[in-house]
Amino acid sequence: MTEPASEPRAVARIPVQTASPRASIVPRESIAGRALTFVVAIMAFLASLTVGVVAIVSETASQWRSDIAREVTIQIRLFEDVEMDKAIRDAGRIALEFDGVAKVTAVDEAAVSRLLEPWLGSGLAIDELPVPRLLTVTLDNGAAPNFAAMRQRLEAEVPGASLDDHRAWIARLNNMAWAMVLVATAIFAMVMAATVLNVVFATRGAMAANRDVVEVLHFVGADVAFIASQFQRHFLVLGLAGAAAGGAGAAALFIALGFWSSARSATPDGDQVSALFGTFSVGPAGYAGIVVLVALIAGVTALTSRLTVNQHVRMLETARSGAV
Amino acid sequence: MSHEPQDMIRFENVGLRYGFGPEILSDLTFRIAPNSFQFLTGPSGAGKTSLLRLMLLSLRPSRGLVTIFGKDAARIRRTEMPFIRRQLGVVFQDFRLLDHLTTYQNVALPLRVQGRDEASYRTDVIELLKWVGLGERIHVLPPVLSGGEKQRAAIARALINQPDVLLADEPTGNVDPPLARRLLRLFIELNRSGTSVVIATHDLGLMDQFDARRLVLNQGRLQIYD
Repeated sequence: MTEPASEPRAVARIPVQTASPRASIVPRESIAGRALTFVVAIMAFLASLTVGVVAIVSETASQWRSDIAREVTIQIRLFEDVEMDKAIRDAGRIALEFDGVAKVTAVDEAAVSRLLEPWLGSGLAIDELPVPRLLTVTLDNGAAPNFAAMRQRLEAEVPGASLDDHRAWIARLNNMAWAMVLVATAIFAMVMAATVLNVVFATRGAMAANRDVVEVLHFVGADVAFIASQFQRHFLVLGLAGAAAGGAGAAALFIALGFWSSARSATPDGDQVSALFGTFSVGPAGYAGIVVLVALIAGVTALTSRLTVNQHVRMLETARSGAV
Repeated sequence: MSHEPQDMIRFENVGLRYGFGPEILSDLTFRIAPNSFQFLTGPSGAGKTSLLRLMLLSLRPSRGLVTIFGKDAARIRRTEMPFIRRQLGVVFQDFRLLDHLTTYQNVALPLRVQGRDEASYRTDVIELLKWVGLGERIHVLPPVLSGGEKQRAAIARALINQPDVLLADEPTGNVDPPLARRLLRLFIELNRSGTSVVIATHDLGLMDQFDARRLVLNQGRLQIYD
């Protein structure tokens, strides 16, 4: 008969230090890891795209706004008995009297006929047509002269003059930018919701696959927080890896687009694209947004799995009433 | 027999039914005194495992009162439950070892879930493994262990926390008679060091080796032979 006492000699040879007591209690392989990482990566990519698009749109819109807002236009329609040159001078003088006006440039006849050329053809005798004349009023940076007063004086003192401060344009631009931001936010919310639901399903799957583990932990006196942390650890790592991959993908896409648009900036269609979308560059704020997003998605993944585990373990507790 | 100030476990008129079926356990009234040793026996299907599950609070009775460490089991709050379970050592009939953890890690699990530092219990775990004769199987995964070795690992896991009560379901069911005798001696030694022991078994040969209190379940009712 072998007595336990006869064994210490053999035990002495065993290198105890090689034990890895921190082996994870929930085996990594038991969690549908790769598929979920991939899903999280895709979600993070889409979410990063929306963040990037919002960054581009808001930056471009504000660029447009500041460009447009630095100029206003005075238009003088032709009236009988009015000498156009004098009207232009008067209007320029009035405009210059206001604070914040840097300079006033009259668009000369040649320029006006160039503007009209696409519609009326070349060789136009502009004097023979009742073509309104334009004055470009350039403002100091950030200045906002009293446009109402300027408009009033112009209309009173120069017949046929009107002031266009591009307000309708700016309002329309604002609306469009807001609509884009709103749509992007909605898409972002849906992507996040889909991520959360995916993680819920994956956690439930992992809990089902590790039912024995959870039960044993339960019986040896583990509390809910301990059990949850065993799962949460995996999901945090998984969420971080997936989100980082997706975010990096989106950032790489933006960088590539930036290169592409700057390489084409000399060409006519490149100029058109950049006139519309700016330089396609997502500024530092956009990249910072992507980093925050990656952390957010990883956090949401871990938190979701924790809540799901808590809920599941509570169900295990209530299910112990055998007398249903 | 005088009433102990606090029983480890006390059942009063406990009945259990699953769903709307008949009562499989009826009118159970008994107590597990501190530092006591008892066999729980009866024919297969008499409800031994159900009774054990009632004792380790993984089932709720349909009627009657179950008290554990002086607390009404129905009123134990969820947050208290882990602390109660840590005072209860359980050896399952099917061992329930985690196959991806080594013998050492399995046995250390009850301490690990308490958040204890590994350095604080490593020696204890190794000592205990040597004591149950698994000194050479410390770093082996359960699938490699024989039935008897798994049995001993499961027992070691139940003992590592020095529980007040040990509940063992057929702990000698998978081992040959010499090993069964050894395990019995292990339980007796444990009892001498202060743990109340409940061994569910239908092995008459085992019970004949040690004169102890017997709880006999028959057709859902309990007879006690002190």
